[in-house]
Amino acid sequence: MIERDEVLHVARLARLALSDEEIEPMARELSAVLDHVAKIGELSLDDVAPTLHVVEVTGALRPDEPRPSLPREVAFEQAPEVGDEGFLVPSPQA
Amino acid sequence: MLDLSASAAIAEIEAGDLSAAELFAFYRRRAAEHGGDVEGGGLNCLTWVAEGVADASDGPLAGVPLAVKDLFCTKGVPSQSGSHILQGYRPPYTATAVKRLETAGATLLAKANQDEFAMGSSNENSAFGPALNPWDRGRVPGGSSGGSAAAVAAGLAPWALGTDTGGSIRQPAAMCGIVGLKPTYGAISRYGMIAFASSLDQAGPLTRDVTDAALLLKHMIGRDRCDATSLQFPQEIERPRAERLDGVRLGVPAELQNPGADFAGAEVEPSVRAAFDRALALAQELGASVQEVHLPHAAHALSAYYILSSSEASSNLARFDGVRYGVRATDSTGLLDMYTRTRHDGFGAEVKRRIMLGTYALSSGYYDAYYGRAQRVRTKIAEDFRTAFADVDLIVTPTSANVAFALGEKTADPWSMYLSDFFTVPMSLAGIPAISIPCGLSESSDAVGPHGGGLPVGLQIAGPAFSENRLLDAAHALEQAIGFPEGRARV
Repeated sequence: MIERDEVLHVARLARLALSDEEIEPMARELSAVLDHVAKIGELSLDDVAPTLHVVEVTGALRPDEPRPSLPREVAFEQAPEVGDEGFLVPSPQA
Repeated sequence: MLDLSASAAIAEIEAGDLSAAELFAFYRRRAAEHGGDVEGGGLNCLTWVAEGVADASDGPLAGVPLAVKDLFCTKGVPSQSGSHILQGYRPPYTATAVKRLETAGATLLAKANQDEFAMGSSNENSAFGPALNPWDRGRVPGGSSGGSAAAVAAGLAPWALGTDTGGSIRQPAAMCGIVGLKPTYGAISRYGMIAFASSLDQAGPLTRDVTDAALLLKHMIGRDRCDATSLQFPQEIERPRAERLDGVRLGVPAELQNPGADFAGAEVEPSVRAAFDRALALAQELGASVQEVHLPHAAHALSAYYILSSSEASSNLARFDGVRYGVRATDSTGLLDMYTRTRHDGFGAEVKRRIMLGTYALSSGYYDAYYGRAQRVRTKIAEDFRTAFADVDLIVTPTSANVAFALGEKTADPWSMYLSDFFTVPMSLAGIPAISIPCGLSESSDAVGPHGGGLPVGLQIAGPAFSENRLLDAAHALEQAIGFPEGRARV
């Protein structure tokens, strides 16, 4: 069973607020899923290479040529808050 | 008009017997009338329906209207991946898969409901609420592409686009009695698909028949400079024409016979088993041989899948921070507080669970035990398939252990929901193509739809990477022989 402190640690890493009443159910549900997935711990995999990409891709690099990107005003249109020069966010110092 | 498959409608338009504008208006009216929310009597399978008339189109798809899963970015059209956190988002560009179909002459009819960020197997994890299964409105349409599947089965769209990460096209196609194809990983560009798990996500068609699936696939494949994992497909996709299966060797994996035996939870329902066995017998009548094959690691696929997909999701979904798009929590005390409360308020319960699971699996001290091991299991699963395909041409399984289940039946226990994808996840991890076709109706008394005669059962057929033409041909031959009552759930 995952402890409450561990849930809070992972939530901090994930930048996810959890209310007090959400912590215990999250611990329980995560523990249940981890119990199932832990079965792969029984396999012997020492000499097996990890799969990073499942279908072989060659020549995925493109020439590094500048081309127009999304215009700034278009990018701003979907933002919750913008200033003259960029996206506006609350102060990190607060 | 309703009885025409998309391919048949194209033929009529090209012959001058039907106008594309007429067809679009017909489906627009049906989509608006029956695709909306449940309170209004709809199936809640469509989240946006086009207004007015479509521009005339002269491409090979002849203006035939298309429903598109919500997570495909469509320029100026709401695209929120079934999530509250992207409420009101109207993307400044269109996904490559959709753009290619539009270039080929398809017209955008509607956006389709889905599980939030494609995480789910029932469409119940949607900010829009669950879509209903047109075969029985008390049951789920499957997921995550549940809205796309329900819309096609109900005849609210001639065909639809979905995405499949661990079964999200194939499983809802099976539960709604239609065809769903997950192509080889990389066959279709992922550019403009709101990401879930990038090493697994693939777009694909949900259609009334195999011929339509081949046609949509044909116009989506190919390398795209905007997706470095997209591939030049080695052949053209042909129109499937096979009527026989002479010489085709089908493999039935011993390890995908009964998930209940070692992996607590889902037993293959007897009615699903019966329909699957009937399909195998039909395949033999058509000339196929059937033999047992072994995928020794397939039973571990679901575990590896949930570690890998959740890990990738925890990284992909880091971008939803209330800065550049979507909704933001108000009255925050600072930047970190804004991030954490925006994500708390914006994500649904299942998405939060997966972000937490993925973050845990990637965190210091656990990475090797979970993520690292899961990547190695993935290698073994891909090897298992390669070995099996030395002996057989195609592998067949039921698409899902059960027919469409009741709304709410599996929401309390995440793992029981995850078991819905037991048969589809191994192919996803191996990156190989797989199709689900309807292979009959269930006969058990507790799973009889209001139309009588049971609920749809799906047959999954999988092949090696880039074997789509062979796969579609085999599916076509079986489809002809099975004669599934395809239009029965139309509203």
